[in-house]
Amino acid sequence: MRETPILIRHVALALLGLIFLAALNADWLAPAPYEQQFRAETNSRPSAKFLLGTDHLGRDRLSRLLYGTRVSLLLAPAASALSLGIALLAGGSAALAGGWWDRVMTAASNLFLSLPWLFLFLTVRSVLPLNTAPVTSILITFSLMGLLGWGAGARVVRASVLQIRNSPFALYARGFGCSPGRLWFRHLLPHLRTVLLAQFWISVPAFILGEASLGLLGLGVAEPMPSWGNLLKELQSAPAWNEYWVFAPVALLSTVMILFQLSRPVSQKVSPV
Amino acid sequence: MPRRRAVSALLLFLTGAALTLLIAGFLGATLIRFGPGYETDERVLDARYSDATSNAIARENSKDANVLVFYGRYLTQAMHGDFGISRSYDVPVSELIRSRAGVTLWLLGEGLALGWILGLALAGAAAYFGWPLLNHSAEAVSAAAMSLPAAVFALLIFLARGPVFLVLAMAVFPRVFRYARDLFEQKGTEPRIEAARARGVAEAVIFVGYVMKPAWPPLLALAGVSFSIAFGALIPVEVVCDLPGIGQLAWKAALGRDLPVLVTLTLLVTAITVVVSGLAEWLGDPQHVPQQVPQHVPQQVRMDLAQ
Amino acid sequence: MISRLWIAAALLCSPVCGGGELRFVLHHEPKTLNPLAAAEDAAETIRYLTGGVLIRLNRLTQELEPELAQSWKVSGDNKAITFQLRAGLVFSDGTQFTPVDVAFTVSQMLDPALHSPVADTFTVAGVAPKVSVDGPQTVTLTFGAPVAGKERLFDQLAILSARSPLKERASLGPFVLDSYKPGVELLLKRNPHYWKRDVAGKQLPYLDTIRIPIQANREIELNRFRAGELDLMNNIDPESYDRLAKAMPGVVHDSGPSTDVEFLWFNLAPSSPVPQYKKDWFQSAAFRHGISAAINREDLCRVVYRGHARPALGPFSLANKFWFNAKLTSQTFDPARGLKLLESAGFQKKGDVLVDRAGHPVEFSVITNTGNKARERMAALIQQDLQAIGIKLNIVTLDVPSLLERLTKSSDYEACLFGLTNVAADPNELMNVLLSSGRQHAWNPSQKTPATAWEAEMDSLLRAQASAGSRAKRKELFDRVQELMRREEPYLFLVNRNSLSAISPKVQGARPAAFYPQTFWNIERLSVK
Repeated sequence: MRETPILIRHVALALLGLIFLAALNADWLAPAPYEQQFRAETNSRPSAKFLLGTDHLGRDRLSRLLYGTRVSLLLAPAASALSLGIALLAGGSAALAGGWWDRVMTAASNLFLSLPWLFLFLTVRSVLPLNTAPVTSILITFSLMGLLGWGAGARVVRASVLQIRNSPFALYARGFGCSPGRLWFRHLLPHLRTVLLAQFWISVPAFILGEASLGLLGLGVAEPMPSWGNLLKELQSAPAWNEYWVFAPVALLSTVMILFQLSRPVSQKVSPV
Repeated sequence: MPRRRAVSALLLFLTGAALTLLIAGFLGATLIRFGPGYETDERVLDARYSDATSNAIARENSKDANVLVFYGRYLTQAMHGDFGISRSYDVPVSELIRSRAGVTLWLLGEGLALGWILGLALAGAAAYFGWPLLNHSAEAVSAAAMSLPAAVFALLIFLARGPVFLVLAMAVFPRVFRYARDLFEQKGTEPRIEAARARGVAEAVIFVGYVMKPAWPPLLALAGVSFSIAFGALIPVEVVCDLPGIGQLAWKAALGRDLPVLVTLTLLVTAITVVVSGLAEWLGDPQHVPQQVPQHVPQQVRMDLAQ
Repeated sequence: MISRLWIAAALLCSPVCGGGELRFVLHHEPKTLNPLAAAEDAAETIRYLTGGVLIRLNRLTQELEPELAQSWKVSGDNKAITFQLRAGLVFSDGTQFTPVDVAFTVSQMLDPALHSPVADTFTVAGVAPKVSVDGPQTVTLTFGAPVAGKERLFDQLAILSARSPLKERASLGPFVLDSYKPGVELLLKRNPHYWKRDVAGKQLPYLDTIRIPIQANREIELNRFRAGELDLMNNIDPESYDRLAKAMPGVVHDSGPSTDVEFLWFNLAPSSPVPQYKKDWFQSAAFRHGISAAINREDLCRVVYRGHARPALGPFSLANKFWFNAKLTSQTFDPARGLKLLESAGFQKKGDVLVDRAGHPVEFSVITNTGNKARERMAALIQQDLQAIGIKLNIVTLDVPSLLERLTKSSDYEACLFGLTNVAADPNELMNVLLSSGRQHAWNPSQKTPATAWEAEMDSLLRAQASAGSRAKRKELFDRVQELMRREEPYLFLVNRNSLSAISPKVQGARPAAFYPQTFWNIERLSVK
């Protein structure tokens, strides 16, 4: 695995942390409540009062960006952890057990990668009580993404476990009578730490992007709560390029994604025994 | 590999693939059928329709209400190449897909070609020359390409009136670049490379004959995966840029709860996923290709296995 | 001498003699090319351009004009219409047009398998019309019961040929369908046998062809118009209109209020799964009036529609010159008054929250269709307006099938923000919406008997106007219906958006109207330089 220079990693992590803190403290930092409409100042340009201007309903863009970032940055890691847990279970068991179970899990991961899950999101959206709070609805959305997004991760875990289950240290352990459970927890799982961490780091942005895509389709957070998805929807109104403030969510999302990639964990030297 | 073993492995794969397809189609049909709004029809909003006509329309829409019956009938007809009639367009599904396949295949072809050419060229240059600036620049482009959802990319390309296939190329390029570069670099550290250098073989010949050539099997596996990736980006691209391809058809079919179209497309996507996954696994099987190591496996373990 | 003749011909010729090709888009595929089954915009556009009708509604004057029928007479009992057809007309393939074609068309229309929306409007009291050919150019339609204003329905009935081998492709309208590439475009060419001529005697239409690409994306449509690839744009959204007005000032047209109306209603169906205490809220007229008073309609028009809309007063807008009730007063934005009305209904504001008698905080949801920017924005504005009087509004956007499921099947919703587009010119075409037994009687559909006294009154007024002898009497009765709706507010009428369009300077003869199809209602007289 290519390693990012340590300095760049640390800077990227620091910047990510800064953005995270800013989002977490949106209540303090935001110049105005995200839902407040300044109806006399709709679609206004950046000014001293509105640093990123206002949107079509006169809401402060900067405030909405801060709160929207909070939603995505807090919930995407949780969804990622959930999907990784399932991926570990599915991929690990497939590689260890082999045979028909391996084939079943492979088929299941293929299914999860190809089924039209959009309908599940539509269904869930539809069966949720109409007065569900936006926070609850977004929690459910991210949980669903986590439950459905394990397919790709399971493949990675399976491939990794397949590689190391026949490595010398694993063979020695089995040769010396190590039980499957002990083999898994004591010998194999530690070797997967780096892979899992890398996979976690890759999937957090994927879930952020996933929510953004759902928001663009109208399946994101309900009004007036902002999220990157519904902030990006403004692009559909085809703003002019010189209205640069409208592209602020794009710039921030892109920046956060790049920082995630730059701050990807360095692969550690592991002992084969 | 003994022939008998290869044949039985192939049979096993085909059986598994067929079963996966069957289940995928059924699950897809179930998801759509029991999703909200399946039996509704926008015509009910037309104030001119009487109760009797509205009821007749509702009865027609509920004729595929039983998923098992629908799926059984669908599979029987599909064996004869008949994938049903689209609810939204009222034309045979096969005709719909055929008429739109050209746009999609052209878009996929251009996007994949550009993504691969860019990815391989930069990966080759980075591995061959080893210039840090080139490497970091390519990494930056790769990171930027992975930083936005395909739908947002498509919107930006649309606003800039740029070529649409660029979105697919950007979806594919990072994966190709990183994997190919890591593969070339890993190949370049093998002992036989040193032996060739010691024999005085030219660097360019070494790179092409000893590094790139044995890298083709895993790259072929990635080709399949990149097809899946590009296919996944297709829907937002075609919807945002209003291209009459299969991606747009899938989206409109989803909005219109067009069961025959959606089940057919689900089967198509599953078939592609299964084939790609099988190909990746077969090409990655150490028994018939030089040892390939996925890039995500820790460095130390890779080195252990390479010895 | 010859050159003088040419000059004379040129002078006599109307200035819009040139032909050319007109280009505009359809936003989705026509679901059918059978004019009798046309039920959505795209199919109706093709029908309008290719279908010949007996009577045409002039979209500008809103008066009926003879077309294939040179005259018509309504019987004294309002049950029959006799048409005198023009002689010597032929379909686009040369087949003679006779009264038999009218009879054939009606019989085709009434085929239950076709689900023709026009058929249902012709069926009165469950009885299909009967057609009799009374002479070489005379045909009579007799309806099941007396109904006033039925002549307007013939504007939607494209006459098919009973004998042409081309079936519905044989056209009596100004254009015929030349080619159709699904997903790409339709091409219409002029009907060489079209019967109409201009004042100079030149055969219409002027245009040679009409090219209609299928283009769902409105931004692409706008770009193509600006690039000169398109000549017309109908129903432009306000943002695009303002952008276009800045870039190309002469091409945009604001034809004033359209016939479209946006409104909000509460679910008053007794069988709905809404909690009883909320049903009690919605049933209270004072509650509905209070909410209505708290909604700033001027802001909806200004912020959402950028000034290209006006507050709506009833089911018909100002665009409908005859049926609009000019005596209706607009609902003024007055949150204080709204609060007073709510207090009179037993609600109380405790701090920032409005509660009912039982202490329930007033909170309800409103559903609307996702992807409709205007409705999503209106919902957000209304949410803020109601928050000011202590009401919490939850906005739920759903895709259309999910929305329809709740509205028409499960009735599982509390309030809905929706609208009517291309509202019919005559109240009789809105009976399914306005009658309490109507399926589209949104707030409480398909009632076996009217649930409230005012709905019973409304039903009797509607039935009376449907069979009234004179237009003036109908108007008087329907004015009372509108006043009743204003008084009870089952629909909180919000806005009528303006009819916004764009016409390329190359197009001659265009006179945009508020009624569909706005820019090309007089298609046979348009030409492109």
